[in-house]
Amino acid sequence: MITVVDYGMGNLRSVRRALQNLGRDVLITPDPAKVRDASVLILPGVGAFGEAIRRIDGLGLRAPILDHVEHGRPLLGICLGMQLLFPVSEESPGVEGLSLFPGRVMRFRGSLPVPHVGWNDATPVRSSPLFDKQGGCFYFVHSYYVETSTTTVATTTYGETFACAVQSENVFGVQFHPEKSQNDGLALLRRFCEETGA
Amino acid sequence: MLRKRIIPCLDVRNGTVVKGVNFVGLREMGDPTAHARYYNDEGADELVILDITASREERRSMVHVVESVADALSIPLTVGGGIRSANDVRDMLNAGADRVSLNTAMVQRPDLIQEAADHFGSQCVVAAIDARKRADAPGWEVFIYGGHEPTGRDAVAWACEVEERGAGEILLTSMDRDGTQIGYDIPLLQALTAKVRIPVIASGGAGTLEHFAEGLLEGGASAVLAASLFHTRALTIPDLKSYLRTQGVPVR
Repeated sequence: MITVVDYGMGNLRSVRRALQNLGRDVLITPDPAKVRDASVLILPGVGAFGEAIRRIDGLGLRAPILDHVEHGRPLLGICLGMQLLFPVSEESPGVEGLSLFPGRVMRFRGSLPVPHVGWNDATPVRSSPLFDKQGGCFYFVHSYYVETSTTTVATTTYGETFACAVQSENVFGVQFHPEKSQNDGLALLRRFCEETGA
Repeated sequence: MLRKRIIPCLDVRNGTVVKGVNFVGLREMGDPTAHARYYNDEGADELVILDITASREERRSMVHVVESVADALSIPLTVGGGIRSANDVRDMLNAGADRVSLNTAMVQRPDLIQEAADHFGSQCVVAAIDARKRADAPGWEVFIYGGHEPTGRDAVAWACEVEERGAGEILLTSMDRDGTQIGYDIPLLQALTAKVRIPVIASGGAGTLEHFAEGLLEGGASAVLAASLFHTRALTIPDLKSYLRTQGVPVR
């Protein structure tokens, strides 16, 4: 059973459908107790960093998510859900993220169109259960990015070279939408499920 | 490298895919979910569905169409037509849309753009602009109600405003070219893409492989959209992508 945190932001239907297509049972819930007791947790999300954190705190979900990770159980953040794993974002100054990873979330600068919308490459920079050696081509839609650091497992280049996937032990994050990325996305979700026993 | 996107568009009325020329003369072209499944498997990079149903009553059925289409896709889905409030946006996202496109309602009440962006993020908000070349002056005018009502607004100025208000992408349809298959309106695209920083989807007029390359390379579009050309199988997405690769356009 995979538990998807529902804090009222994002298209949860496609995450559920992708996981069901891989033969997994999925529970979508805003209930802190169910989140705390989950064996495998997915934190999805689209929208603004500050609004997402306000909702997570408003629903009393921060402590259950952190407890889940503390107990060594797997968590995958998708898109904004990955950014929320970091302490701060330029998008919402003064708002404290989940701070599971050190690092910063920055806005794209330079001359390219923003948001970064469309299909782009994820290039692995170290081995991770999420990717094979080739990486893959995934669908992105975001205006802010995570700077590369020691937790980066794959990068994408769009003006900047940024962290498109991060991992430290049981906590994973991807900036792109695997649930919207056809075969490469399903393969990544399958690897995550197999790695975590979901 | 970021790929240029090929986006089929399904105009849906009363649950059926339809297509007209210059926004009129609709003919029926089949079940939306069957089209969606076909495009998903053909390598489309995204799908747009526009509800062109006239009445609010009939529009309720659109939620079911979106659910069915979304379940057939493993690529992103943008839904537009008749979205008038943040609640309407939420309904479409819950039905499985990844992004919504706003048009008439955001012209009548521009605050809607910011409301939607604040709730769901700019990346979720596609501003659809239907533009026609002015007969008596330079520039292009914005039309609403499916091209039936002129607004007096300049398309380029309006594009800058929707960006300022929080839209994450522009879906730019040339009414002069829509359904004609004589090519995208390149001067219109150039005028817009020179002024806004958000990506622009070119729509209206594609009829040949070369037209797509022109829209992307000369027009400055980030994505190209077409409808009947794909629906009739006059042109397939794999063939189009092969051609674009030979022109140096990065595609998936």
